Amino acid sequence: MSTTVTPPPKKVNRIGLEILNYKGLKTTLCAGCGHNAISERIVECFYELGIEPYHVAKFSGIGCSSKSPAYFLGQSHGFNAVHGRMPAVASGAILANHHILGLGVTGDGDTASIGIGQFMHQVRRNVPMIYVIEDNGVYGLTKGQFSATADLGSKLKTGVLNDLPPFDCCALALKWGATFVARSFSGDKKQLQALLKAAIVHKGLSVIDVVSPCVTFNDHEGSTKSYSYMKDHEEPLHEVDFVPSYEDITVEIPEGEVREVVLHDGSRLRIRKLDRDYDPTQKISALAALEEAEAKGEVLTGVLYVAPEKPTFIELLNLMDEPLATLPESKVRPSKEVLDLVMEELR
Amino acid sequence: MSTVEVSPAEPRSDEASRPVINDFSIQVATVNGSGSQTANTVLMRSIFQMGIPVSGKNMFPSNIAGLPTWFTIRASKHGYIGRKKEVDFLVAMNPETAREDVMSLDSGAAVVYDEPLKLNALRSDLHFYPVPFDKLVAPVCPEAKLRKLVRNMIYDGVVANLLSIDMQEIRKALVKQFGKKKAKAAELNWGAAQAGYDYAAKTFTKRDPFRVERMNETAGKIIIDGNSASALGCLFAGVTVVTWYPITPSSSLVETLIAYMKRFRIDPETGKASFAVVQAEDELASIGMAIGAGWAGARSMTATAGPGISLMAEFIGLGYYAEIPAVIFDVERVGPSTGLPTRTAQGDLLSCALLSHGDTKHPMFFPCSPEECFTMAQDAFNLAERFQTPVFVMTDLDLGMNNWMSDPFPYPTTPIDRGKVLSAEDLEKLGGFARYRDVDGDGVGYRTIPGTRHPAAAYFTRGSGHNDRAGYSEREDDYMNNMDRLALKFETMRTHVPPPVAEYNDRARIGLIAVGTSHHAVEESRDQLRNEYEIETSYLRPKAYPFNAELVEFIRRHDRVYVVDQNRDAQLLGLMRLELEPEDIARLRSLRYYGGLPLDARTVTDEVIRQEGK
Ligand SMILES: Cc1ncc(C[n+]2csc(CCOP(=O)(O)OP(=O)(O)O)c2C)c(N)n1
Ligand code: SF4
Ligand SMILES: [Mg+2]
Repeated sequence: MSTTVTPPPKKVNRIGLEILNYKGLKTTLCAGCGHNAISERIVECFYELGIEPYHVAKFSGIGCSSKSPAYFLGQSHGFNAVHGRMPAVASGAILANHHILGLGVTGDGDTASIGIGQFMHQVRRNVPMIYVIEDNGVYGLTKGQFSATADLGSKLKTGVLNDLPPFDCCALALKWGATFVARSFSGDKKQLQALLKAAIVHKGLSVIDVVSPCVTFNDHEGSTKSYSYMKDHEEPLHEVDFVPSYEDITVEIPEGEVREVVLHDGSRLRIRKLDRDYDPTQKISALAALEEAEAKGEVLTGVLYVAPEKPTFIELLNLMDEPLATLPESKVRPSKEVLDLVMEELR
Repeated sequence: MSTVEVSPAEPRSDEASRPVINDFSIQVATVNGSGSQTANTVLMRSIFQMGIPVSGKNMFPSNIAGLPTWFTIRASKHGYIGRKKEVDFLVAMNPETAREDVMSLDSGAAVVYDEPLKLNALRSDLHFYPVPFDKLVAPVCPEAKLRKLVRNMIYDGVVANLLSIDMQEIRKALVKQFGKKKAKAAELNWGAAQAGYDYAAKTFTKRDPFRVERMNETAGKIIIDGNSASALGCLFAGVTVVTWYPITPSSSLVETLIAYMKRFRIDPETGKASFAVVQAEDELASIGMAIGAGWAGARSMTATAGPGISLMAEFIGLGYYAEIPAVIFDVERVGPSTGLPTRTAQGDLLSCALLSHGDTKHPMFFPCSPEECFTMAQDAFNLAERFQTPVFVMTDLDLGMNNWMSDPFPYPTTPIDRGKVLSAEDLEKLGGFARYRDVDGDGVGYRTIPGTRHPAAAYFTRGSGHNDRAGYSEREDDYMNNMDRLALKFETMRTHVPPPVAEYNDRARIGLIAVGTSHHAVEESRDQLRNEYEIETSYLRPKAYPFNAELVEFIRRHDRVYVVDQNRDAQLLGLMRLELEPEDIARLRSLRYYGGLPLDARTVTDEVIRQEGK
């Protein structure tokens, strides 16, 4: 006797793809590494937003964090570049084809130490892309040396104390003119998802610094980037929800409780006030909040700043709509008449 | 009317009877920032317009204003356009260097100088022509501020008179130089040139033997510097992404390219650009952007010089291993940044050929003329995309920044070659692809570019730790297979780069090999060797690296082969050593010059003679 079992209908997103289409290879990072959680959130966000994987290109530098793009979005092109220079590669690729959605994933060593210069200039140019810093305060891949985001007085596993002050990538990005700055924690699933989605739809460069503990080299007592430290010191600025542009807003928003920031494509960030009334469109208050939190030893998370309409580098360059990469010869090689004219001028 | 008698105390009696026509060099010694560039260009152009082969070389300091510069114009009825070592006609405008400039002249040379310098007291075997520049400039340039600039035009008039340059040609060159928009400035300068001419006409008795006579050797030709020619090559190669960081002597390549792109690469309908130019924060970024753009399918390039090459090393190695096209122009110059950055050399041959760490090697083109800058720029983009690798175009300061006479450039006759790129339709037919598999036996795999609308299009790009499907691998066999395929790819390039130019002489026992700008000195030197020493030579000029098989054939046909290098350590010869058999290497001799000036024929000739023991 045989029974036919109808398989349950496969779950698909709004463009008909399964979550499998967004997954990558099995991770080779340590179990419990914060970077793995971030990879999972990336998979969910792109799936839930219904973005075509071929539309995305992943970029990274060198480090455990920079290896992670192999572990998500397997149907997207990826480029594991050189240490600290992911921004340059991403810029070049985005100039070649500004229709691709650039997703940069880097570490605190990759961005705040060797790559601080490129980070700075990427922000300054507002190159349209997502810039995720998986911040664990150490160099994971070279086995646990301090990076430039390590807090003053934090301790390595070997007992060595950090005697230099940290770079705060969010505060620096704000100073350099970033148009989207957020901080999150790899353990805060809901917040990280909302922030990543907002970063994906933001028109310009979106910086998200995600505290992402390194379980192997920086998760001990005395570390300021450990799970337990974050549990005690994370201070969410607000509760954030992301409402994509293609979803109707049905819920009434109670006056005074919630702020809305409308992003370039019509998506919204709904920000529910917690202890304070924080306006993420004000750069000065963002900088002040970061300074205050640092003084109090708190790690502020949430959307620090967003300027949805600032022109991107692509707009400044006045590029054609068609990707430069695929322009036909007729569009890139001037005619014989042009050469004749130039030759005449040189006679 | 008085005639100043300032000829040599003991002139050689036969001098006046032996005029030297269209075969001499003029050197103008000035201070940089004094606006002499216009006067020099006009002088050079006017000789060119008279149909006489001419070349100009600017020797300038690494400084904006106030240091000595020398501009040399060579007229050569034989068509020699390399540097001529000896100065025949000096225009001494710089008090700082005047003494030394005069003392280093050969006997019989002529000197136009600023009268207060009293140079005629220095030597009695030269022809001196003192000119009171300040007195002459005041009446033609009422505005005192402008006098410093206009003053230089006076020597154009003086020299025109002494050398029989047609003043109408000076005028024509001036109009060309200033363009329609600056007609007033052209008039002002024309007045100064005339004042100089008139002064010379009524004051001097011509004693020196040098003068020009009309020829018909420049009709239809253009005057252009190598950097502008490279820029035009990029424009017609269809470059789409240009990234750079300013550095002498490469900056003008990109600046000229930007100017042409703005004129000819903006869509007239939409007003939008078919190109992106980024002045990056440094060369780490400029090469990274070029590589990123090449990876994503753009025709990308950057231009730099030695210090920039050093910074680009890691990325170019990654470009080699990850197999990404990009074109890098290296306009070579001397030494480090605090070396002689405004002097020429061919000192980056070895570093570029092998740039980066691990087993890396890169193709290079060696243009010797503006026309080759133009054509090889296009070849370089095609090679980079066909072979999916970074490609160097090696020019130098002499070629890049000096003005050269050239035939007009030919419009490209072959379509742009985008190499092996799979589209979504290809992938649909194939069902997938292995990025690093050698399907065609030439060592070159097929690639896809991001944005290709197909689930099988994506692959993950990393250095050398991958198998042929671009999957992560640290396996010994995967690594070695990959390295062997890369080596095969390099071998395949030998037959794809332009072949060398070979001139065999059946009676020659010795051969010469040179690349790039050394060509001009070698060509002239071969005539000197034949005419002065009855030595016949053959000549091979490789146009690219990897060298083609003809190199070995050429070496074997000669007893001794002189390899000409514009660097101290015989880098070109060193590159040959890496791949030649010992018995071929044994035939090679090194001929080197590394003083920072463009190589001249006499240096080559003297060195061949010395080594030949003649
Ligand atoms: C030019 C260069 N210098 C040094 C290294 C060695 N290196 C590899 S990863 C790394 C640090 C990575 O730290 P981070 O970006 O914080 O990544 P994590 O591993 O912590 O995620 C270093 C120094 C390198 N790959 N390249
Ligand atoms: S070493 Fe640290 S950063 Fe690297 S994978 Fe392990 S836990 Fe993550
Ligand atoms: Mg780290």
